[in-house]
Amino acid sequence: MPAAPAGIAGPSLEELGLTDPTIGRSIPPPRVILRFTGTGMTFPGGTTALEDVDLTIRSGEFVSVVGPSGCGKSTLLRIASGLEEATAGQTWLDIQRIGYVFQDATLLPWRTVQENVELLAELEHIPKAERTRRANEAIKLVGLEGFEGHLPKMLSGGMKMRTSLARSLTLNPELFLFDEPFGALDEITRERLNDELMRLFAAQHFGALFITHSVQEAVYLSTRVVVMSGRPGHILDEFPVDFPYPRHPDMRFTGEFAELSGKVSRALREGHS
Amino acid sequence: MTATVTAATASSVAANAASPGAAAGPSAPDAAPTGGATGPAKARGTGKAFRIVPPFVVAGLIVALWYLVSYGLLDASRRFLLPPLHSIFTDAFMNADTMGDIGLSLGRTAFVTLTGLAIAIVLGIAWAVAMSQARWLETSLFPYAVVLQCIPVLALVPLIGFWFGFGYPARIIVCIMISLFPMVSNTLFGLQSVGKAELELFKLHGTRRAVILKKLQFPAALPAIFAGMRISAGLSVVGAIVGDFFFRRGDPGLGALISTYQSRVQSVELFAAIFTAALFGVVIFMFFGWLGRRVVGKWHDFGGR
Ligand SMILES: Nc1ncnc2c1ncn2[C@@H]1O[C@H](COP(=O)(O)OP(=O)(O)OP(=O)(O)O)[C@@H](O)[C@H]1O
Ligand SMILES: [Mg+2]
Repeated sequence: MPAAPAGIAGPSLEELGLTDPTIGRSIPPPRVILRFTGTGMTFPGGTTALEDVDLTIRSGEFVSVVGPSGCGKSTLLRIASGLEEATAGQTWLDIQRIGYVFQDATLLPWRTVQENVELLAELEHIPKAERTRRANEAIKLVGLEGFEGHLPKMLSGGMKMRTSLARSLTLNPELFLFDEPFGALDEITRERLNDELMRLFAAQHFGALFITHSVQEAVYLSTRVVVMSGRPGHILDEFPVDFPYPRHPDMRFTGEFAELSGKVSRALREGHS
Repeated sequence: MTATVTAATASSVAANAASPGAAAGPSAPDAAPTGGATGPAKARGTGKAFRIVPPFVVAGLIVALWYLVSYGLLDASRRFLLPPLHSIFTDAFMNADTMGDIGLSLGRTAFVTLTGLAIAIVLGIAWAVAMSQARWLETSLFPYAVVLQCIPVLALVPLIGFWFGFGYPARIIVCIMISLFPMVSNTLFGLQSVGKAELELFKLHGTRRAVILKKLQFPAALPAIFAGMRISAGLSVVGAIVGDFFFRRGDPGLGALISTYQSRVQSVELFAAIFTAALFGVVIFMFFGWLGRRVVGKWHDFGGR
């Protein structure tokens, strides 16, 4: 496994706001787990979705990406996961396990919550006993205890999303890719899930690349917010978020939060026009 | 520039892939109720009474119309064209000889129907699964499913008789030809109803095609498969009777019996045989409805009731 190729400039830890002691403590030192260098994507039809994207994610980083619709955010995740192959630049990934959470929960309607949560472990040939143990643990982590026997159609949107999250957790991913996971939820459910996700992040220190349309959500959750331009998407600006974890929901009402959100929104607007 | 995706050691990828509107089944609304008549459905009246009463009302109307024609429009000499309903019961269904004949032929027809149907189900599913596995198989095989559907089987029936004799094999072949298409098309539709997102979820984990078929596509296709079985079951009954009706050789089934009654103008017996055939069709249609509800009813609103 090659180390991060020399000569590729990434922001330093200080620039990233990763010097916060609450994250760094008792966790292996951050290392680069995902790096896009000059990544570009032109689809066969001729649409150029991404152009010259440079982005580095280190372990223990929660990076949110905001950008106008259609600017290639989903494409970026698809490239990171290997579902799509970039047509330009380099994509460099140094981990074993990725968790992929999309806007839809994509539960199998004939499987119960328990069976759905066990699915990925099943596909990875993890023995039944271990599978069940991991699923139980994940179900507990997302607060779905008591719903193991429910079918997806009996669940609310928020609970479906939790099930989906639990399903990914069973493989203990080092990097999570989130594609607007809470976009379809109402605001209250969304805020609750934000808090739960933050709790999970604080406890498990996975790396995360989180796509959202909500600047608030991005600032609230992340160690860094990345703003993308309209299509062809490239990175306009990055904003480190220094607030310590765990963050309190009321943090959203502080002046610093408002100021940072304002900066991000402004960058987003400027990129739009 | 070259695309060097050094996906280093990303061998296992935990994914919850999804794309909008690509669920493999019915997506329930938020906080969906656990069954029962609620919401807008109630406004349309789905109470038990509303489901049971109307069919009886319609039945009553049909009976009334029947007697109106029997006694009102037809004079006694022509009443055999539509004998009064009760006479079908008193003169045929309660006549031991007639019922012996009808029962025996029903048994033969049932054998042909069920054998043909079973073969059509297996063959249809296999055909569809094969097509779902490769684009080139689909493009090369689907046209023939359509051709099969479009062949006027009635015109072919005598030919089938010449080729395969007039015994059970020929009758079963007619059944299969008539009932195969819904199995093929429904199964294929079901297998292909799986969303792109769900497929990617499986593919992210390097899942083999056979496993995707077993754990994703086939379960997702079950509601469509059972719907296909229900349609094929009805058609299979038709196939068994039609084949028999035209062959009119060997052990008579319901088709041959109907043909005989027809030629002897035994209209009461004729109606009794037709009713029996219809009842048999309804029974096996309902059986597959019941079976479908048993298997997939828990997670899928299978065919209403
Ligand atoms: N398979 C494809 N073939 C051709 N064009 C594509 C394909 N996938 C995406 N695109 C195009 O690439 C562009 C970026 O798409 P992408 O889904 O990545 O945007 P996005 O930023 O995720 O948008 P949204 O915020 O609406 O989800 C769009 O213009 C889209 O039409
Ligand atoms: Mg998107």
